[in-house]
Amino acid sequence: MSNEDAELLKEFAVESQEHLSDIENQLLTLESQGDNMDVALVNTVFRAIHSIKGAAGFMGLDTLGGLAHRAEEVLNRLRNKELRPTSVVINTLLKAADRLKDLIDEIETSNDADVSDHLAALERILSGETTEETPAPTSVQAETEPYRPQAATLTDEALREFLIESYDNLEQVERDLLTLEREPKSESVLNSVFRNIHTIKGSAGFLAYGTLERVAHVTENVLGSVRSGQIGMDPEVSECMFRSVDAIRKILKSIESTRTDGADPMTHLISNIEALHGTKLKEALAMVHSAIPKTDSTSPTPIPSQPAATIASAPAPSGAAPSGVAPSGVAPTGAAPSGVAPNGVAPAAKAVPPVAPAAPPSKSAKSDEPQNKASNANSNTNGEGSAADSTIRVDVALLDKLMTRVGELVLARNQILQFNSTINDNALYSATQRLNLITTELQEGVMKTRMQPIGTVWSKFPRLVRDLAAICEKEVRIEMEGKETELDKTIIEAIKDPLTHLVRNTVDHGIERPEVRREKGKPTEGCLTLRAYHEGGQVNIEICDDGAGLNLDRIKAKAVERGLMTQDAVARMADRDVGNLIFLPGFSTAEKVSNVSGRGVGMDVVKTNIEKIGGTVDLQSKSGLGTTIKIKIPLTLAIIPALIVTSDSDRYAIPQVNLLELVRLEGEQTRKGIEWIQGAPVYRLRGRLLPLVYLRHELGIVDATQDLDREIVNIVVLRADDRQFGLVVDRINDSEEIVVKPLSKQLKNVSVYSGTTIMGDGRVALILDVMGIAQSAHVISGARDRTMTDSSDRNESNKSQMQTLLVLGVGPNRRFALPIGQVTRLEKIAADSVEHADHQEVVQYRGEILPLIRLSDTLGVNSMNGGDDLMDVVVYTESGRSVGLVVDQIVDIVETELVNTRPAHRVGLTHSAVIQGHVTDLLDLPAVIRMVDPSFFQDHVNV
Amino acid sequence: MITSRQLCTFYLDGHLFGVDAQTVQEVIRYQEMTRVPQSPAAVSGLINLRGQIVTAIDLRTRLGLTPRDADKLPMNVVVRSDDGAVSLLVDQIGDVIEVEPENFETPPDTLHGAARELVQGAYKLDGRLLLLLNCDEAVELVHE
Repeated sequence: MSNEDAELLKEFAVESQEHLSDIENQLLTLESQGDNMDVALVNTVFRAIHSIKGAAGFMGLDTLGGLAHRAEEVLNRLRNKELRPTSVVINTLLKAADRLKDLIDEIETSNDADVSDHLAALERILSGETTEETPAPTSVQAETEPYRPQAATLTDEALREFLIESYDNLEQVERDLLTLEREPKSESVLNSVFRNIHTIKGSAGFLAYGTLERVAHVTENVLGSVRSGQIGMDPEVSECMFRSVDAIRKILKSIESTRTDGADPMTHLISNIEALHGTKLKEALAMVHSAIPKTDSTSPTPIPSQPAATIASAPAPSGAAPSGVAPSGVAPTGAAPSGVAPNGVAPAAKAVPPVAPAAPPSKSAKSDEPQNKASNANSNTNGEGSAADSTIRVDVALLDKLMTRVGELVLARNQILQFNSTINDNALYSATQRLNLITTELQEGVMKTRMQPIGTVWSKFPRLVRDLAAICEKEVRIEMEGKETELDKTIIEAIKDPLTHLVRNTVDHGIERPEVRREKGKPTEGCLTLRAYHEGGQVNIEICDDGAGLNLDRIKAKAVERGLMTQDAVARMADRDVGNLIFLPGFSTAEKVSNVSGRGVGMDVVKTNIEKIGGTVDLQSKSGLGTTIKIKIPLTLAIIPALIVTSDSDRYAIPQVNLLELVRLEGEQTRKGIEWIQGAPVYRLRGRLLPLVYLRHELGIVDATQDLDREIVNIVVLRADDRQFGLVVDRINDSEEIVVKPLSKQLKNVSVYSGTTIMGDGRVALILDVMGIAQSAHVISGARDRTMTDSSDRNESNKSQMQTLLVLGVGPNRRFALPIGQVTRLEKIAADSVEHADHQEVVQYRGEILPLIRLSDTLGVNSMNGGDDLMDVVVYTESGRSVGLVVDQIVDIVETELVNTRPAHRVGLTHSAVIQGHVTDLLDLPAVIRMVDPSFFQDHVNV
Repeated sequence: MITSRQLCTFYLDGHLFGVDAQTVQEVIRYQEMTRVPQSPAAVSGLINLRGQIVTAIDLRTRLGLTPRDADKLPMNVVVRSDDGAVSLLVDQIGDVIEVEPENFETPPDTLHGAARELVQGAYKLDGRLLLLLNCDEAVELVHE
């Protein structure tokens, strides 16, 4: 007895109890409505009982099924208005429902229970004691012409319920079919597929969706044959089953949108399935025939199947329902070498009385399966009688509303907590602490209700992978770890598409063809692993494959070809960063790029979408071993931790995810710490230049020329994309959990905000969009190569080789660079302030005489702008002595790894290297100075 | 032709304006606002309306009228829009007036500027004109 079987039985019990729990009230309502009874309500009850009947029959719970069957018939009469919901009728039904409940509570002994009195009571009603009409004698007939409610008369709710249920069923079918491909002999899985398709068929028939019913019907027939062992679950059959699953889904979609099952009667598909079924049966039959004389001589006398034709004309429910009632009867039919018509399985089963467990062995040896299941699983189900009560379905809108309310509560709590600090009262203090605690717990609780396991998104991947693999002629197995990892519903929705995209890409490009894999000594079947886990308040999702890995050279070539990077920049990049190039926008706008580069159809979109919800994407690839894409996303978007800052007495919230550190400069530090490059302020943070952005300038409150000489500067170091920058604010307040509210339509276009929130004091604060600010301040821009270059220093291993260089321009196209560490200050000096002393140009600078060296003259380069009013001067200081290097232009500050260097031969230069796509000479500053003033260093030594 | 309708009226720079009373959610006195730097000029700020964040649009700015005196506090006419509630800042609130379609006239061609797009027409009342404001347009600021 496998766990699955126990699971199945438990599921059945829970489901049935759920169905039954509503029936009581519904029946009572019907009674009170009398002749004006709501047909939709009858339908609901009917459907519930019908489901129980189907499932019970399928599980071999004959007594249960039998009782449900009778009750269903009575309901059918009610539905057709052949019966009135008199108190006698309703009473009988109520009693039957109660009895069903009891039976389900004691599934183990249910088959031995006596329900004859209930059956008799129901029979009495059917036989006309309360109606003039002669009842139809059998269920088959009763169902042959069931009352078909117009789809339009269905209530929205009933329809939605049907759709939800059917989608669920279908998903299960899909999963099971995939399992079947691996283990075609699995009874329990096969049963599950059968049952789910049957349920869809039943509901469809009942709701008069003819096409859906027909498709489900032929599908069920094939499955029936597989189940009875007449035909095998070979790839052809499997494929056919998948096709019908798709067809059913299509029909459901159509029902969802138009309430009809579509114009396409799917006759082609149906006849295809039927044809396949026929062929398979014939094949099987031929085999059986040849086998019988030798091996199967002791098999029972073939049971003549009922003339298929009489039943075949009956609509769907007729065939399957009885087969569910007596599943054990299927076995002999399967073994019967008679010419069973495509849909003859079920009727044949019907004709056979339930066969004892000792039924002759059939091909699938399934004879006593249901009984086993019933008895063994019982120990599990006994205690589960109340399982139905432990879960309820709740409208998402209600949860959203609750979430908003809790948000309000959090704010109110924050407000009260603030009072706490001003009012000194012990009682108030303890009360607020309690409030604080309860609010936090409540918030967590409500958040949890919105949580969904990530498995809900993943569940569609096995199918996707299977189909894609088939198209690409690859063998791919999908493995999932951490399916139960939970995420907020909104996030689940937001990552659905990016994840699908990544999975698709992995199968399409990541995993090699079987023959290639074999050559490389890998198993022919590639493995795609999805992994999810919580880490530090975030959720990590990994998509790993054991494929070829990224072809880094191709990516580099593509990046250069597409003009995204210069040849040189690419050459210097770490492998890890090369991989991440595929996330650059424009990397793969053309389809063919993806084919050669390995991956990347719209990877930038994946990245953008994930970043939109505050997540990050990282890619690691090992050539020949595979690729891992790691996504980090927050648990929820509704409430986030944020840093509150003040600028010009307005408060702003900065999402914590963007925050790196806080720096406070005072007095002397302020004047020394902040330096200027071409009018742009920078701060040297541990030797690295951090561009500074003044929030009040960015917000346009004051212009950039004001307040540059502040005593105290608060810098919030932020990360945007891969760049860091410092946001200067007036005051840093506190860290707080804030409830994010969207921007109104009028403010959607303002890029510097991402949302709004309400602060503890009830006032509104804006949430800053760090990316937006970085863009508007040009911290990040189209100059992607800088971004990527800078990003590489995140990689610790690279750090040692990284150098920060100041790039200088002299003349029209010469570039020089020197380590930023040698630069004390960058100045603009008026050309007319230059004086002469000791045959040298000098200026008065900070009360000293600063000798000037014209780099152009010294190195023999033509200067471009000798006539400018202001000269760019790089000040170099050594032991209290300074010298100013006059250059034409200060180009940039870059952090780079020096590769491809060539030793220089001229004095004053150390190397030539390529920086940002330009050949750049690296200055040997001491040598340059010595050329002009040989005593500069000697003096120093003497002192 | 539409039958008589009720307009919620208010004053702006001496003019009497009206919006369909149906669209008005509530009228409240001046509220503290959080300014929104970089926003379109007509956005005065954000108001916390019982936990709901409402954008306040100054109708004077929106209609291109002269700015309100600094010492005068505006009133909020909170209207429903597709995108949730929006507050319209007005000088002073008037009565709810029932107007008849036969008194309606489309705006004169001489009307120009922002007002041209936002004023749907005028109801000729006894002694004064009631300008009908197109609420949906008034809260639409994307073109700025």
